[in-house]
This record gives sequence, C-alpha cells and structure tokens, in this order.
Amino acid sequence: MKNHSTLKKPAINLHAQQKVTGKWHYKSYTVVRKIGQGAIGSVYLCMYNGRPVALKMSEQDAAVTVEVNVLKALKKVQGYRLGPSLLDVDDWTAPNGRVYSFYVMEYMEGQTLGSFIQARGKKWLGVLMVQLLEDLEQLHQAGWTFGDLKTDNILVESNPPRIRLVDVGGTTRMGRSIKEYTEFFDRGYWNLGTRKAEPSYDLFAVAMVFLHIYYPRRFERMTGEPSEKLLEKKLYRAKDLQLLHPILRKALKGKYQTATEMKTDAMDKIKQVQRRRSQYRIKIQQKKTYPVKESLSISLVASVFWIISLLLP
Amino acid sequence: MNAGTLKQILLLTDGCSNKGEDPAIVASLANQQGITVNVIGILDDDQTEQPEGLQEVEDIAVSGGGVSQIVYSERLSQTVQMVTRQAMTQTLQGFVNKELRSILGKDQSMEELDPEKRGEIMEVVEDLGETSDLEVVVLVDSSASMRDKLETVKEALFDLSMSLNARVGKNRFCIYRFPGRRSDIDLVLDWSPRLDGISKVFPKLTSGGITPTGPALRAAMYQFSKKQLRRNSDEEPFDIEETGY
Repeated sequence: MKNHSTLKKPAINLHAQQKVTGKWHYKSYTVVRKIGQGAIGSVYLCMYNGRPVALKMSEQDAAVTVEVNVLKALKKVQGYRLGPSLLDVDDWTAPNGRVYSFYVMEYMEGQTLGSFIQARGKKWLGVLMVQLLEDLEQLHQAGWTFGDLKTDNILVESNPPRIRLVDVGGTTRMGRSIKEYTEFFDRGYWNLGTRKAEPSYDLFAVAMVFLHIYYPRRFERMTGEPSEKLLEKKLYRAKDLQLLHPILRKALKGKYQTATEMKTDAMDKIKQVQRRRSQYRIKIQQKKTYPVKESLSISLVASVFWIISLLLP
Repeated sequence: MNAGTLKQILLLTDGCSNKGEDPAIVASLANQQGITVNVIGILDDDQTEQPEGLQEVEDIAVSGGGVSQIVYSERLSQTVQMVTRQAMTQTLQGFVNKELRSILGKDQSMEELDPEKRGEIMEVVEDLGETSDLEVVVLVDSSASMRDKLETVKEALFDLSMSLNARVGKNRFCIYRFPGRRSDIDLVLDWSPRLDGISKVFPKLTSGGITPTGPALRAAMYQFSKKQLRRNSDEEPFDIEETGY
C-alpha cells in the first residue's frame, strides 16, 4: 500500500500448470486445480517436490496474515491435530505486477460430512459428533473459538473415519467478536445470541451443521415466526436425528457452556443406543427358538383334537 | 490500551450520482479529515451485468481511503460488516505504516517486511481493531430505484450493529438518507450505540429520481462533531506509542 490512490488490487485467479514462486523463500509450487473459494481468497491444489499441498492466495494481504497467525498459534497447542498444518508463508509477484500474499498448508483428502453420512448411514452421526466436539474442546481450551463452523469446513478422512476442521478464516480469540461467519450457522442471524466468541457460539453451529445434513439446501429465517420455533420444527422433521434431538435442542438454546458437557451427553447417548442394540440382539436370539416351540405346541394341540375325534363315534 | 476513535462513512447506493459536486472529490476531502469513506453498491437480484454507473462506487472508496464492494442485495448483511471491518483494518494499517516509515525510512511499509515480521505487526493491528472505538455515519440512497432494497438495507444495518457490538471497543452509529426533503440529507436515526430501534424509524423512504451523492457525502462529513475533526491531517487520531504492546 504505497499509495492510497492506487487502484484496488484485482482478485487473482491461478490457472492449471501455473508456477507460483515465493519472493522470500524461493519455493516453487505448480497449480493443479482450484479446490475452494471463500470470502477471503481461493485455495488451490498444488504440487511441491512431487507432493500435493494446498495453497491459499488472496488479494487481501491483511486477511492472509491473520489466518497465518491463527495457524501458527494452533501449531503451538498441537500434539493434537487442530486444523491443517502450515508449511510455508510467502509473497508472489503476479504477471500483473502486483504482489499477492499466500500460504501453503497440508493437503487433506476426505469427504464432506454430508456425503459421508449419506454413504455410510446415520449410525455414524453420534460418533462424528463426539469427534467434532473433542476437537472443539481442545480448541476452546487453547483459547480460541472456531467461528465459521459449517459443513463445508468439516472434512471426514477415511480409514479410520476422522473429522478434520479445515478453514481457520473465522477462528477468533475467546471474548472477541466473531470475524467471519455463514448466516445459516450463525446464532446472530437467527437472533438466538450474540456474535461474541465463546464456546456456546461454536456449539450452536454444531447443531446447525447436523441439521444441514438433512436440509442440504438450507432454509431462511421467517419474519413473524420466532427462530426458536422454526428450528424446533425443522429438527422434529429430521427423523434420522431423533436420538440426538435433546442434545441438539440444548445446543440451539445455548444451554451448553462447554464442548465437554455436550460431548458427555453425546457419549451417553451412544452408549444408551449400544446397550439397547445389544438387548435387542438378545431378544432376537430368543425369538429364534420360538418357531420350533410354536410348531410343537400346535401339533400337540392338533393331535389331542385328533385323538378326541377318534374317540367320538 | 488506548486506541482512539475510528470514523467512517458508509454509503449504500444502487447507482450513479447525477447532481452536485463530484463525490470522489468530497470523499478525498473527508479522508484528509481522518474519515474513511466506504461504499457498497447494491445490485438487483436479477441484474446480471454490472452497470457502468457503479464504477463510481470504487472511485469514491479509493479516494475516501475506504473499501468498496458491489453485491446482490441477498448478500448485503455479510458484506456490510465485512467492508466495515476491512476498512478499520486498512485504516489502522495506514497508521502503522506511517509509524514504520518514520522509524525505518521512507520506503518501508508492512508489505515490504518479511512475512514473519508482518505477522507480528498484524497482531497489533488486530488488537487495535478490536479495542478501538468506532463512529459510523450510515448514508442510505433513498432514490426511487432503492425502494425494494430498503428492507434488506434495514436488516443489514441491524446485523452490522450486532456484529460490531460484540467487539470490546465502543460503537456509535447514526443514519441519514439522501436526498432529503429540503436539505441534502435527512436524519433517520441520531447517534446511538445500537441500531435496535431501527425497525421503528426506517420509513418507506423513497424520494425522486435525483441522486446527489456528492453533496450528501459532504453533509455526512459534518455529522462527526466538528471539534473532533482534525485541522491538521498529519496528526494521528490516536497515539500508536501509547498502545502498550
């Protein structure tokens, strides 16, 4: 920003096979394809030394720097994998002569939460919810709120299925104001709370993430209908979520103060279901002996009648 | 931490000015007074191409030291808060750059530092953005073509106040519409920390076909209490050294 009167920096679009070489560290990345676009810049799949990496570039230098700061802060509390790991931060002079900031992170492969549930079934709902809450628990304890928690920002890696949070663009220090959000998942939009960064902000979004699986086209707030009622109705109609209803409802109402509380409830629910399932199995085994008994008793009764009929003239 | 008051004008319009002085010139004047001018151009939901008139949107923001964005009305809420924040960061970065230049020499700015150092400075800018006080004069174009968009504008402003009131720093907003009945602008809502009352006061305000953006901007500029305006544009509205990082 040498001069305020220079024109706004145009948005940048990288094309396949383009080489991006850093101005400071001289590392060179070859673009394969674009894999995402957000409010701040785009993410590209690139190759570096024959290895896939994800590169994020934006015309908003400040925003890139802020995200890098978050990724660095998360690195310090790791040992536990929160978000993608940061590999490089640099600037690139584009063919148009302007300098763009970018950073490079680990490339994560996986399915979106929605498609995973569609493919593998609702029995995974509870497990994935617990995993998600575990990650948030760690993040909150480190003093951060995820902020822009939405289905697109949750990836499920396979073998074994494991949840990963991807975009830290909205990640905000506790007690501050949420930097970035998506309306559907934002409690402020539904008029059900503030945009202050605190655990309950993320937990509301968790509930909306699970609703979103069953309303992939989302829905909007209505004038004249309180959001609480509307969400309740939508929740009721998502029959697959039935087991998790009490937990989701509590999260939507902001009744959970920490991710740990919500996680404990979710785990209890899973155990309950497993117990019920094993009892059910026992019942089924018992049922299996029934047909034999049944046919025996029927034939017994029949034979008694037959003998009686013989005795009668 | 003492972080003074940031002053912004937020102009919401859907077209080109057609009366009075050049809004870009007024915007640069405002910028010299320490006010940042942000502009949001609102498109109709069925508008597929950007009309030429909206080039002015970018011109005003560039000379006003602010941020501009052209959006469909459905995306307005998020854009309003993003633009406001981005402009705050930009203004603060401007101060930091000035400071850097005075320490490290003429050609220094954040962009020329290596990413590592830039990151550290950005943390300070973020802190300032969270804690500094903010005053926004919202200026709503109420010419006839805006009629269908005013409901969305109302929602977006309500939303903006919710976002900003989650900050640590204090906020004050006031809303004006233009053209006014007899003057360049009419007051819709006087200085207030929240925009909760907005639903009552936001009337079905449409006026004739003229869009005197320039004169309206000038009038908006005077809404920041006059003694707060700096006579000398070299003075900083707050002292970076006092921020104590």
